[in-house]
Amino acid sequence: MSASGQAAPYALHGAGRALESAAAWLLAILWLLPLLYALWTAFHPAEFSARFILSAPLTLENFVQAWHAAPFARYFLNTFVLVTLILSCQLILCTLAAYAFARFEFVGRELAFALVLLQLMIMPDVLIVENYRTMSWLGLVDTIPGIALPYVASAFGIFLLRQTFKSVPRELDDAARVEGAGPLQVLWRVYVPLAKPVYLAYALVSVSYHWNNFLWPLIVTNSVEARPLTVGLQVFASTDQGIDWSVICAATLMTSAPLLFGFLLFQRQFVQSFMRAGIR
Amino acid sequence: MRRGAYNLYGWLLLLPAMALLALFTHWPALATFIDSFWSTPKLRRASVFVGMDNYSSMLSDSVFWQALFNNLLFALGTIPISIALALVMAIWVNDRIAGRAAVRMAYFTPTVLPMIAVANIWLFFYTPQYGLLEQVLSLFGARAHNWLGSPETALACVIVVAIWKEAGFFMIFYLAALQQISPTLAEAAALEGASRFTFFRRVQFPLLMPTTLFVLVNAVINAFRTIDHIIVMTRGGPDNATTLLLYYIYEVGFKYWDSTYAAALTVILLVLLAAVALSQYVLLERRIHYR
Repeated sequence: MSASGQAAPYALHGAGRALESAAAWLLAILWLLPLLYALWTAFHPAEFSARFILSAPLTLENFVQAWHAAPFARYFLNTFVLVTLILSCQLILCTLAAYAFARFEFVGRELAFALVLLQLMIMPDVLIVENYRTMSWLGLVDTIPGIALPYVASAFGIFLLRQTFKSVPRELDDAARVEGAGPLQVLWRVYVPLAKPVYLAYALVSVSYHWNNFLWPLIVTNSVEARPLTVGLQVFASTDQGIDWSVICAATLMTSAPLLFGFLLFQRQFVQSFMRAGIR
Repeated sequence: MRRGAYNLYGWLLLLPAMALLALFTHWPALATFIDSFWSTPKLRRASVFVGMDNYSSMLSDSVFWQALFNNLLFALGTIPISIALALVMAIWVNDRIAGRAAVRMAYFTPTVLPMIAVANIWLFFYTPQYGLLEQVLSLFGARAHNWLGSPETALACVIVVAIWKEAGFFMIFYLAALQQISPTLAEAAALEGASRFTFFRRVQFPLLMPTTLFVLVNAVINAFRTIDHIIVMTRGGPDNATTLLLYYIYEVGFKYWDSTYAAALTVILLVLLAAVALSQYVLLERRIHYR
């Protein structure tokens, strides 16, 4: 992130700048507080779960307990399969549809595009009752494809890729065609490579959305074999068996850890992806 | 390629995505509307056409009205504060404050974490007696209070969580927009002797209008579709104090299994979302010409 947008003449100096930094830092600490609190609780024995004594012993016992208290290995696998399935299908379907909208003139294109954009307003999250009925009709209740299907044709992905494909110079397209490439070869050799940053941005947004998604998986799954992490965590945390807060905190951190590490490693890409995805 | 081939090719490329959209967006939206005029099939009674019955029972359903009212309060509580905070965060992070990469990361982190996970952490935070909030307040001699367990405070607690989760997300869009404002504008304003506040009010803020609209629409939609934290923290309670519209739909549809009444409720939600989309369109057409 460069300082190009910096309002240089209005940059604060001296006391003003110190004050601004202090306020920004205060808010940042406040923002991280719930997370730090969870970290403290998860890494200390239960009796220290809300007593902040620096000499409290560190332990991994809570994580061990959480891991054995519920089939988290299976939940991790389910989430991994789910996220991979959704993303790969989304990439293929959205690429094809976006290519059609960007470079083909066909009857009913405007209407079809309006029908796609409708999904930005009527998201699958809201149509839970009818989608559940469709899934039971298809026999897909309590399966991973059942969780994935409503999200595969993503209006957002189609829109984003269409914008990108439209900005590809026509000359490149024509040049490839002169060399005898068919429409699909042109798509694969010209458009897809040029859209790489957009694909990365979309992938990060999609993965973090579906890793975190909860309501629809909660409704459509009811067994260990299909449940993703979020639902598994909720089932685990809401059983009234007097599970310690420290164990719940450990489970909570465990389920968010892959995304959190991914975020810390690829911070710049993450932030820029969300930015890119948001600018229309 | 000839015209006919173009037509065919275009539609073939579109077909897979369009089929799934039809099956999981267009058809269910239509089916929701149709089902709302029928009765829910019971063990011995098939579904019959009941006209507006579901809607008239909705009018006398006090939980529905409360859910609608709660959702309005939730939206009014979360949206202005999270947008204002997002703007402040973006301006701070955009200025050259010390350690701004770390600060930006702190603001953005809640966005990447699962709502269901962080809601569990906040649940602990609000726990009576040994939750952090109670401990801190007892230091100041405040009386013990069950924050999530009292109808007066439960909704406010949930609003705080939503603000905390969303503000960093919206900050990103403001940050992107701020960085696109040309530095020459600041130089010109400074030459004219404008104060920093005037520069913000007359230059930066108007230029950020399209971003504000985008963020606003997203915030409104989120206020009506995110109920993960409700399921984890309060389950709509106590006494329906935190029941939001979608949560009520979820309860009616999947706890009482009254699917046609849930469909009628969904129609109301869809109408609300359509109104949001329409007002965005009107606003874009009329007011905002900065791009």
